[in-house]
Amino acid sequence: MAYTKRFDGRKFDETRPITAKVGVVPNADGSAMFAFGNTIAIASVYGPRQLHPQHMQNPSTGILRVNYNMMSFSVSDRIRPGPSKRSTEISKISEWALNSAILLEEYPNTVVDVHIMIQQADASTRCAGINAASLALAHAGVPMKDLVASVSIGKMDKQLVIDVNKEEEDYKEGEGATDIAMSFMGAKKLTHIQLDGKISSKELKEATEMGKKACEKIIEIQKKALKEAMEIKND
Amino acid sequence: MKIEEIKENDIEDFKSEEKERKVVVPGEIIISGDELPGEGTRKDGKDIIAQRFGLVDKNEKLVKVIPLSGVFIPRRGNVIIGKVEDISFNGWLTNINSAQSSFLPVSEVPRFIDKHHLDEFLDIGDFFSAKINGVKAKGIDLSLDSRGLGKLEGGIIISINPNKVPRVIGRNGSMIKLIKDSTNTRITVGQNGFIWIRGDNVEDELVAKKAINFVSEKSFVSGLTEKVEEFLNQEKEK
Repeated sequence: MAYTKRFDGRKFDETRPITAKVGVVPNADGSAMFAFGNTIAIASVYGPRQLHPQHMQNPSTGILRVNYNMMSFSVSDRIRPGPSKRSTEISKISEWALNSAILLEEYPNTVVDVHIMIQQADASTRCAGINAASLALAHAGVPMKDLVASVSIGKMDKQLVIDVNKEEEDYKEGEGATDIAMSFMGAKKLTHIQLDGKISSKELKEATEMGKKACEKIIEIQKKALKEAMEIKND
Repeated sequence: MKIEEIKENDIEDFKSEEKERKVVVPGEIIISGDELPGEGTRKDGKDIIAQRFGLVDKNEKLVKVIPLSGVFIPRRGNVIIGKVEDISFNGWLTNINSAQSSFLPVSEVPRFIDKHHLDEFLDIGDFFSAKINGVKAKGIDLSLDSRGLGKLEGGIIISINPNKVPRVIGRNGSMIKLIKDSTNTRITVGQNGFIWIRGDNVEDELVAKKAINFVSEKSFVSGLTEKVEEFLNQEKEK
């Protein structure tokens, strides 16, 4: 049976309800929460600050260091806390997705640390993480070319859908599920794409266009969250 | 005394204080036209695009973004408040709330110091006000060779975001003068966000602290001076 209706009744080009909020970690230089439905990510930014070990310092620019971690209670089976093969990979991926958007030439020999924590996982955690990190970086006053928005596109059998959840990720019928996570800088330039499954190049192009459209909406939500943080202060 | 030196760098920020200011986020187009891009912005074709999260400040043709958050970026000539972290044979290693390490050499202290007992002048944990003498790759050099700089004795130290310092000082030092006069305290504001408050009693110091936090939280409300005045009057009645 083809995938004609989504499990949670969403439209094919509809994301889960998005919540975004900045300033959630008072001790950080910048922080943000970003949620796609039940997937909740919290990002905190520290720096620019002195980089240790010293041999990692770059005298021409500051560097970005991202640390992605799932909290032990974020999934139904407890996961062992601390770095794993998966979280190390996602840390690096998130770093690359954000690196082309930030401008750290003014801060040589320094590091900007981003800590992404997944509080609740229901698939697309790396996308929620990148969105939260981009918000937190802006909130921390790090110079950026543009905000980065990230979304996952799924191919359930032959149907392309936006923002996959866990149920869809595990879809087995027909051609099965393909999960494509992608990030856009300012909803224009692609900074990261990952593919897990099978897809034709024609469909991939289509998926990228869908992702771009979804990211436009996400960036609007991110902008709103940042501006709201200012208004609350002014009340 | 020290306040005068600080404020001069920041007067230009206040020329257009009364104007309604727009909040921008990175990547947002601020304005399209033949304006010039200033700090925190870039020009792409005709559009001036924000590169930081902050408030737009348009001064004739120059458009810039005033950041609301971020760490302290030390510049030569800044007057700062620091804390002694360690003592070496020729000076003090200090914490001035910046990414780089900072050092205050004995040679930059314009008074006699016993070389074998540096802790008699500044001990670990002491606070002092100093001037940034230079920012180099290996660190920041400090100096006490200016009027009004030196060890800060008594009083309390509070910390605010360094980007809020110009608001706390106010136009031509008006805001800080208001707080100083009505709480009867002496206040030194460091560009790095550390503030030293010294009054005759702790109560006065705490009122001044509350007032400064009030300013830094509500730093972009229009007519802030009146609100602070009101706030201080309320505190006095308590």
